[in-house]
Amino acid sequence: MKKTLLSLLAVVTCAYSAPALASGGTEAPPHVHWEFSGPFGTYDRAALQRGLKIYREVCSSCHAVKHLAFRNLTDLGYNEEQVKAIAAEYTVTDGPDEDGEMFERPARPSDRFPSPYPNENAAKAANGVAPPDLSLIVKARHHGANHVFGILTGYEEAPEDHPLADGQHWNKYMPGHVIAMAKPLSNGQVTYEDGTIETVEQYAQDVAQFLAWASEPDLEARKRFGISALIFLAVFAGVMYRLKKAVWKDVH
Amino acid sequence: MGHGERTAFENPVIEWIDSRLPIFTMMQKEYGVFPTPKNFNYFWNFGAIAMFMLVTMIVTGIVLAMHYTANTHLAFDSVERIMRDVNGGWLLRYIHMNGASFFFIAVYIHIFRGMYYGSYKRPRELLWILGVAIFLLMMATAFIGYVLPWGQMSLWGATVITNLFSAIPLVGDSIVTLLWGGFSVDNPTLTRFFALHYLLPFVIFAVVFIHVWALHITGSNNPLGIDTKGPQDTVPFNPYYTIKDSFGLVVFLMLYALFIFFMPNALGHPDNYTPANPLVTPAHIVPEWYFLPFYAILRAITFSIDIPFTDITIITAKLGGVIAMFGSILLWFVLPWLDSHPIRSAKFRPVFRYFFLLLLADFIFLGYVGSQPADATMFGLPLSVFGLGATAYYFAFFIVILPWLSKHEKGRELPASIHEAVLAKNKKKAVEISE
Ligand code: HEC
Ligand code: HEM
Repeated sequence: MKKTLLSLLAVVTCAYSAPALASGGTEAPPHVHWEFSGPFGTYDRAALQRGLKIYREVCSSCHAVKHLAFRNLTDLGYNEEQVKAIAAEYTVTDGPDEDGEMFERPARPSDRFPSPYPNENAAKAANGVAPPDLSLIVKARHHGANHVFGILTGYEEAPEDHPLADGQHWNKYMPGHVIAMAKPLSNGQVTYEDGTIETVEQYAQDVAQFLAWASEPDLEARKRFGISALIFLAVFAGVMYRLKKAVWKDVH
Repeated sequence: MGHGERTAFENPVIEWIDSRLPIFTMMQKEYGVFPTPKNFNYFWNFGAIAMFMLVTMIVTGIVLAMHYTANTHLAFDSVERIMRDVNGGWLLRYIHMNGASFFFIAVYIHIFRGMYYGSYKRPRELLWILGVAIFLLMMATAFIGYVLPWGQMSLWGATVITNLFSAIPLVGDSIVTLLWGGFSVDNPTLTRFFALHYLLPFVIFAVVFIHVWALHITGSNNPLGIDTKGPQDTVPFNPYYTIKDSFGLVVFLMLYALFIFFMPNALGHPDNYTPANPLVTPAHIVPEWYFLPFYAILRAITFSIDIPFTDITIITAKLGGVIAMFGSILLWFVLPWLDSHPIRSAKFRPVFRYFFLLLLADFIFLGYVGSQPADATMFGLPLSVFGLGATAYYFAFFIVILPWLSKHEKGRELPASIHEAVLAKNKKKAVEISE
């Protein structure tokens, strides 16, 4: 009976998870080895800090991360002073003040990252297609961080028989191949202070990991909690099994 | 629940209450000494597990509702706030989100257990019917709940499914307008769905209460499907089944915890992490996994029924699909009368058992078909052909095979009693061990 149940479960899981993988798009993106995958995986703090740098210097001119607040950056290993300093480099609109006027002020840790465009239409007008908010992008795509890595490294010449319109670019891993984002990264574009190599692959890995964290900031706590929960349940199950055996031993 | 005999309790407080409202006497009778067949296998755990899941959904749901905002401009962000800024919010939401799936896993096993062992047969017909009602209410609740986070799949799933009602002749369009509260899935839809999503679980709770009440009138069925004949066939519910149910529950919770903590989004669709956008249709709209077999039946009907030699259509393809989909579940209501074979358990009905296991495989295959895009293929043929075949078998099982078997299947000889069957089984085991 137990075996039937387990094999049934296995069949069902396979049957239903396969389409999720298959329908991701044109070609499955490369499989990057992520530090945060697996039941014990955690984010690589240095990679997250480099990823933040890429986001701030490159992506933030087009993409918002509206679910992130500056205070969340303590997760990346920054202390409160550093977070305050990063926040202060941004200006946000606040108000109204006593005179009813809106005013600008330096951002504080409690503020969220400001968006590059005042609204969706402005974003669309500037780019042809509105660049999506990136704070959930890793959870919003099949293949997650691999997809983001794939997009950033998948730019190619368009095939001869496929002329591109103005503002269109060819990307191996974009469903339908045509993407409105120009290749955003090139070798040596962002300076790394920690001596890490400055290649598109490295940039793409770092910013994808940063965006994975932005999508799921509580991943580490979740897994830690999960390990304890499973250990507790396993011990509890063992105890209950012994108890059950003891209670039932005279029946039959 | 009448005013039967009551034995006094020793504890004066309990006695004071019980002599005025015999709630402790009732608990004692229904869950303490309640005589229960002693030969249950682990499939009998899933009722208690489903009950646990219902309570889990209600408790986590109420706390989620304290932080959730039912407004199309705010709903998506309010769920993200729960995930990021509410203490333990991610845990709460992942428990609720995966809880819906695990509730369905438990209930599906519970239902197919009932079918396999003939638990729907006399005298448990009403008990079974109440169960089917619970299943329908669960489907409504889960469907509506999936709309609340207001992601792309929330909006488009709701649009596709509510649109189905427009196929109903005459009143269809009015029903859809009523569901929407307007002319598309929009803010009025979200607010009424939230109100109903809060209400329906309590309706489920009430029906579960009646379902269990009915169970305690007839008593439980068992894997042999024969009636209990006396005290040698049963054990008191407590401690025997309280302990066995607890053990089973903990094992189930381990699997549930595996999903909550290590793959919380594996059963969901990534599109639901993109905010709803009425201007962008997702490439591939799929419902949650637990609806997929029924979704496949809906999509299997791609032909209309016409009067020959005229262009009068009696049933459009869309209406046909809707009838087939709802019909596939409504059939369960009359299952006790479709299958009138005197033997309950499939153990003693080899032919029934064969066709039933085929139905189970068919149902899982339908789930696979439902998960695929409409233009998918298999072995070079359109998958929809297989979907139609699987749908045909599903209906044939209930409408043709069961009534036919009721008349013609001979079945095996039944054991004289549960007690004797258990003794014989233990003896066989003992011989095997000593050999
Ligand atoms: C010049 C503006 C611009 C910059 C700079 C930019 N992007 Fe984009 N990005 C876009 C636009 C426009 C789209 C929408 C593309 C489409 O849907 O065709 C987009 C789409 C995306 C997507 C979604 C692709 C999909 O699967 O739909 C990702 C991921 C992404 N960008 C990541 C990044 C990252 C990471 C950076 C920084 C390294 C970056 N972008 C820099 C404009 C930009
Ligand atoms: C029969 C029991 C229930 C089922 C099957 C169920 C199912 C669901 C589902 C499938 C979702 C979508 C999950 C997601 O993708 O985020 C959801 C969301 C939600 N449910 Fe329930 N639910 C139940 C009971 C309740 C109750 C009793 C309440 C409140 C009183 C509640 C409140 C909510 C809220 C506020 C949301 C939106 C937040 C979110 O999406 O996480 N639920 N429910």
